[in-house]
Amino acid sequence: MSNHLLTINQLKVRKKNFLIIGTLIVLIVATFVFSMNTGVIKLTPMEVIRTLFGLGDAQQQLILFQFRLPRIVIGVLVGMGLAIAGAVLQGISKNALADPGILGINAGAGLAVMLYISFFPSTKLAPVYLLPVLAFAGAGLTAVVIYTLSYKRHEGITPMRLILTGVAVAAGISSAMIVLTLRLTPANYQFVATWLAGSIWGSNWRFVLSLLPWLIFLLPFIYAKSRVLNILNLGEITSIGLGASIEKERRWLLAASVGLAGASVSVSGGIGFVGLVAPHLARQLVGANHQFLLPTAALLGGFFVLLADTIGRSIIAPSEIPAGIVVAVFGAPYFLYLLARLKE
Amino acid sequence: MTASTGVGELSDIAELQKRTHPIRGVVALILGVIALIFTIGLAISLGAADISLGTVWTAITQFSPQLTTHQIIHDIRLPRVLGAALVGASFAVAGAIMQGMTRNPLADSGLLGLNAGAAFMLAVCFAFFPGMPYLLLIVLSFVGAALGVAIVFGVGSLSKGGLTPMRLVLAGAAVSALLGALGEGIALYYRVGQDLAFWYAGGVSGTNWGHLKILSPWIVIAIIGALILSRSITLLSLGEEIAIGLGQRTVVVKVWGMVIVLILAGAAVSVVGAVGFVGLIVPHFTRYIVGHDYRWIISCSVVYGALLVVLADLVARIINPPYETPIGALIAFIGVPFFLYLARKGGKEL
Repeated sequence: MSNHLLTINQLKVRKKNFLIIGTLIVLIVATFVFSMNTGVIKLTPMEVIRTLFGLGDAQQQLILFQFRLPRIVIGVLVGMGLAIAGAVLQGISKNALADPGILGINAGAGLAVMLYISFFPSTKLAPVYLLPVLAFAGAGLTAVVIYTLSYKRHEGITPMRLILTGVAVAAGISSAMIVLTLRLTPANYQFVATWLAGSIWGSNWRFVLSLLPWLIFLLPFIYAKSRVLNILNLGEITSIGLGASIEKERRWLLAASVGLAGASVSVSGGIGFVGLVAPHLARQLVGANHQFLLPTAALLGGFFVLLADTIGRSIIAPSEIPAGIVVAVFGAPYFLYLLARLKE
Repeated sequence: MTASTGVGELSDIAELQKRTHPIRGVVALILGVIALIFTIGLAISLGAADISLGTVWTAITQFSPQLTTHQIIHDIRLPRVLGAALVGASFAVAGAIMQGMTRNPLADSGLLGLNAGAAFMLAVCFAFFPGMPYLLLIVLSFVGAALGVAIVFGVGSLSKGGLTPMRLVLAGAAVSALLGALGEGIALYYRVGQDLAFWYAGGVSGTNWGHLKILSPWIVIAIIGALILSRSITLLSLGEEIAIGLGQRTVVVKVWGMVIVLILAGAAVSVVGAVGFVGLIVPHFTRYIVGHDYRWIISCSVVYGALLVVLADLVARIINPPYETPIGALIAFIGVPFFLYLARKGGKEL
């Protein structure tokens, strides 16, 4: 009897969750169309749709396919990557405040990219595909440093010490970056400065292509591990009891999350707080089951970054505010709210 | 003051006296002053045009406007070095007061959002009221510092677990990110980024005599206030109950302490920008040497804070000429490892 009730209940939850995911997709599409209309040259929604189906004139095609579309696609992809990276970090560290930006992983990726730009200042075709790899290396190295520094014998790693270490490492890396900017030529400096502020301004299809393989490979990998993430959430003793080899799974998931964060940062620069806010809101909407949590968080993340970029582009047109700034203005208060609610 | 002293409090005070080293304090103070004077001399003599220490001495004692070297010293190097010294003393004393009052070993005006608040306010001023008088600019930067710290402490005290050191630091980091983003957005919108750049990077190169004349009274009075308050801060640092038990009006002390911190941090940020970690490193260093009496901690922090920033500014000028390395970045290279060390200790001891 109780078994029967449970299934009905589960079915209801399932239905609700699919409804939420569906709503999010609709929201993204709506923002997508709106974002397509935003810019110096106005296009009506009808024109956008016509052009998307190949019926627009040459100018409309150029604007949409060469300028606006790649940027929108990158915004959505970056948001997804960062949101999943944050969800995984929160899952494996059982730390509600974990986020690749706050933990300094984004900063590490940024430093690697910046080192490369300052020593090899040419922006030919190859570097674009190399950037995510470099960012991954930088992010990975930073993750190892933070992990080592916050590890204490007999105590392991406490969530608070992990975050404090991350905050400090991020501060150190950003001052290293300030020193490095002095070496740059004015043109490169301009590029690096807008990039650091979290701008997806310089995007074209090459950046999409350099980011896409990482997402195509890593997102399904992490989704396949959603049961593991659920078990890890139950606590170490339970998960050992259930036969999960925790450390090994944790390391794989950590590597995947670092990879996602690094690849996203290499394209978008320092967009923080998405990895924090999206998983939290997703948890509120669909609960802690990662099978639903992960897709919801990904969609929310994509939606946030796309929305932030659209806002940043439209409120002070023709100049723009980097998406990272818009995200921080909304994300930081949310972080403070979480901090106030959280028990130590 | 003596009437309600209990046995436990007496033992606390005895313990405190045991951990206070007045002789070390005197020695540290004298050595610090000598080192500071020497470093200031060195900082004035070194630069794009090297000037001998003897010339520096005559330029200060017998200034003659015809000589180019004297003019360089008088118009460029001296105000800059004095500015650095004032800024360093301000940050260090502000940090010492905050650490004592909140019993939080991680307290620092940079970490707790004051510097970001002041810098944000400066961005607002530059964008909306360009050409505002310098005095008003400074007062508004006090207001900005107050805004930053109010949000941080507000969030901290709304929290379920109370104001733990860790929580304050995290709230400070988030508030700094928020105000930094807002300031940057405003700067981009009104295209005042260039004016602000040196504020965010941190540097004392823009200091002139006009600024010093307006700033120094605030800073000197605030530091004197801090010294007057230092005995009460020592008591507060033993714990709120003990201080009340000894008859201290803790609320009054805290309000005055906070006012002094805001003035010091706000004034310093208006000169140098959002430079962090000075207020973290220096008080810990002086506490290690002179013990737990804040009369000594604060007076030594004045000297060693000034020494640290003057030294950092000197290094910033000569490390990569003709460019100046932002001193905020240089100090972070010492500050970050130090912070990591404190965070590792768990932030319990003070």
